[in-house]
Amino acid sequence: MSGHSTYEPKTGFERWLDARLPIVRIAYDSAIDFPTPKNLNYWWTFGGILAVCLMTQIVTGVILAMHYVPNGDMAFNSVEHIMRDVNYGWMIRYIHANGASMFFLAVYIHIARGLYFGSYKAPREVLWLLGCVIYLLMMATGFMGYVLPWGQMSFAGAVVITNLFSAFDQVIPGLGTAITTWLWGGFAVGNATLNRFFALHYLLPFMIAGVVGLHIWALHVTGNNNPTGVPVKSKADTVPFHPYYTVKDGFAIVVFFILFAWFVFFAPEALGHTDNQIPANPLVTPAHIVPEWYFLPFYAMLRAVPQKLFGVLTMFGAIGLLFAVPWLDRSPVRSMRYRPTARWFFVLLVLATLGLGWCGGMEPDDVVIRTGQTANGDPTGFTVTWLARILTTYYYAYFLLVLPLLSRNEKPSKVPDSISTPVLSGGGAALPAGAAAEPQKKG
Amino acid sequence: MTSMRTVALTLAAAAAALAFVAAPAQARTTQAELKEGGWAFESPLGRFDQAQLQRGYKVYAEVCSSCHSMNLMYYRNLCQQGGPFYDPKHPNPNEAPVCKAIAADIKVPDIDPDTGDATERPATPADHFKAPYANEAAARAGNGGALPPDLSVMARAREGGANYIYSLLQGYKDEPHGLTVPDGKYYNIYYPGDLGSAWSGPKDKVPVGGFISMPFQLVEGRVTFDDGTKSTTDQMAKDVAAFLAWAAEPKAEERKQTGLAVMAYLILFAGVLFLSYKRIWRNVEH
Ligand code: HEC
Ligand code: HEM
Repeated sequence: MSGHSTYEPKTGFERWLDARLPIVRIAYDSAIDFPTPKNLNYWWTFGGILAVCLMTQIVTGVILAMHYVPNGDMAFNSVEHIMRDVNYGWMIRYIHANGASMFFLAVYIHIARGLYFGSYKAPREVLWLLGCVIYLLMMATGFMGYVLPWGQMSFAGAVVITNLFSAFDQVIPGLGTAITTWLWGGFAVGNATLNRFFALHYLLPFMIAGVVGLHIWALHVTGNNNPTGVPVKSKADTVPFHPYYTVKDGFAIVVFFILFAWFVFFAPEALGHTDNQIPANPLVTPAHIVPEWYFLPFYAMLRAVPQKLFGVLTMFGAIGLLFAVPWLDRSPVRSMRYRPTARWFFVLLVLATLGLGWCGGMEPDDVVIRTGQTANGDPTGFTVTWLARILTTYYYAYFLLVLPLLSRNEKPSKVPDSISTPVLSGGGAALPAGAAAEPQKKG
Repeated sequence: MTSMRTVALTLAAAAAALAFVAAPAQARTTQAELKEGGWAFESPLGRFDQAQLQRGYKVYAEVCSSCHSMNLMYYRNLCQQGGPFYDPKHPNPNEAPVCKAIAADIKVPDIDPDTGDATERPATPADHFKAPYANEAAARAGNGGALPPDLSVMARAREGGANYIYSLLQGYKDEPHGLTVPDGKYYNIYYPGDLGSAWSGPKDKVPVGGFISMPFQLVEGRVTFDDGTKSTTDQMAKDVAAFLAWAAEPKAEERKQTGLAVMAYLILFAGVLFLSYKRIWRNVEH
């Protein structure tokens, strides 16, 4: 797919430049002529959407940084100054704040797309790993960005997350404390912490941009996967990226922007928390500390485990599993369209993750299914903690049991010979679904 | 495919049901259901009622400002576009006579440039709202140890926003028999709290609400409105809540109006792109 370039310099200047730095050639080969499977559906538009999200965050972020003051006494007011006195400052800030949510929404869809259509499988393992690195960097950037307005929830979030590292005291006494002190730049979350978070929040997106460059480079070596998972066999299977996918992605990006704009202009604080409009005060801890919505599933996992160190490991392990998935799933069939059993487990994974997100937003002791009540009239029964435990177990089981076992035992339905051959069926209804199902592993 | 869809739908329904079954157990903080102000400004294109903002400012200036600061507000804000005293004849809020007059009535601390001594001078529209206390210690000392919070962004800093402020200000009720109200505190049904430990009645009948350190303020007739509106407790509470909602985000109207144009543009643009997409792809089987 790659290698053969069809670029022909047209002007004298282009020829001159091409012999010295073939930058126009690279751009042409990767964004204009790049042969792209013709059957990509709308799930594939999220890559382009993510690229736009990253640029949006960088542009708005740099403008915010021109007015923001990273100082414990002034940060909160400087943000309000942006909202009140800077021309269109409210818009820049709301775009940046909601942009982070939109970015995560898109990346979750993008990752789910990859998991469903088997985009992590050979030869795209490196492409996938780079994506996972991007996601990790995004989480770090999102977390540190949320600390910057220095509201009550910013402060509480910084305290909770940095304190996770104190769990390492259970491995080597003093190690965790040393790490947290080092992270804080002092003996508590304070001005030094805020300053370094600002420096890093400014830095990381540019590192993300670098890794996105590698991600796209890797993409252009292997070419896109597609909904059938069948590799491109001939030219008949592809169309040039431009104009076919520029227009399709362009349409999707604008539709995505409609949702984005709805939040920015009509519900700018719907995804936020009112406590973050209270300036940070180390002496008062918010009654109910919740992270941003996109961290809730991991927060639920953290709280589901009673032992702190194992809670922290469970949480980070959940992301670690994504890195390992190309080697956990050995099935030769890429797309779950043709894996009738795996598909069900995938649906359950999505639901389990959404369920974990819900658990993360509740109090651990809240009762999900009421079986009785205490003397005070408070309900007792099956709690959020227990629900989170079951869902976490399923999440882990999907990667560590279901995928490896299914790779060996599942009967895939018939896969089309190529992208262009008339599609065999709407997608695998040919086989009795679940014929080779594994007993479902649950907590 | 259809079977899979059925399963997915069923599970989604189950998840949704779960969301409703769940009841908070340990979180015993309670508060009465908030009163609704029926605000025009809450709807996607709604605007503030300027007369109401003027009345609300008056309530703030004559009542609340004796305890609460609004450090993020400047007198000029009152005369900027969308503000309570905006007048198209004076688009520059720093030059608007109303704001100059409001500011001139207020003395703010300053330093005498010749002697370096602390002095006072009349405020200008560029000054921020004068705070009632010099510092936190003074504010606490004046309020029995409690700190009256800054009200600049209060309407965005509490669940319920303007409805919460509107309710809170009139939530002072006689305490039910069996409830011991601590000295210097007041029972308020809208103030979130856990009254279990102050309650001697049946354990499953703990009253909702909490104890707040702010006494009841809006006695009927406390403020005389210039536009003749009757100053009932409800009216004053409503007007000051609207004013605080405006002050919490003075650019909200501008935001919504910009949003309308942005939406119209994006929807049109999406339509054009969709048609282009259909046209470009018309000969590709996919
Ligand atoms: C006599 C001083 C005083 C006056 C006048 C006063 N307040 Fe307060 N207010 C307080 C104190 C003290 C608190 C802190 C209460 C506490 O912490 O229990 C408070 C708290 C509040 C709160 C926050 C409640 C919460 O959820 O934490 C709001 C809102 C409020 N006041 C609004 C007003 C408004 C609006 C007015 C004018 C109508 C007003 N106050 C007038 C003293 C005052
Ligand atoms: C800043 C975040 C990211 C950006 C900007 C980005 C961008 C892109 C783009 C433009 C493509 C092109 C194909 C397409 O439109 O789908 C792509 C493909 C891909 N991305 Fe990402 N991506 C990001 C994050 C991730 C993450 C977090 C993962 C997985 C953990 C991931 C996995 C993949 C894979 C496997 C492909 C190849 C998919 C295929 O063609 O089937 N990406 N990405």
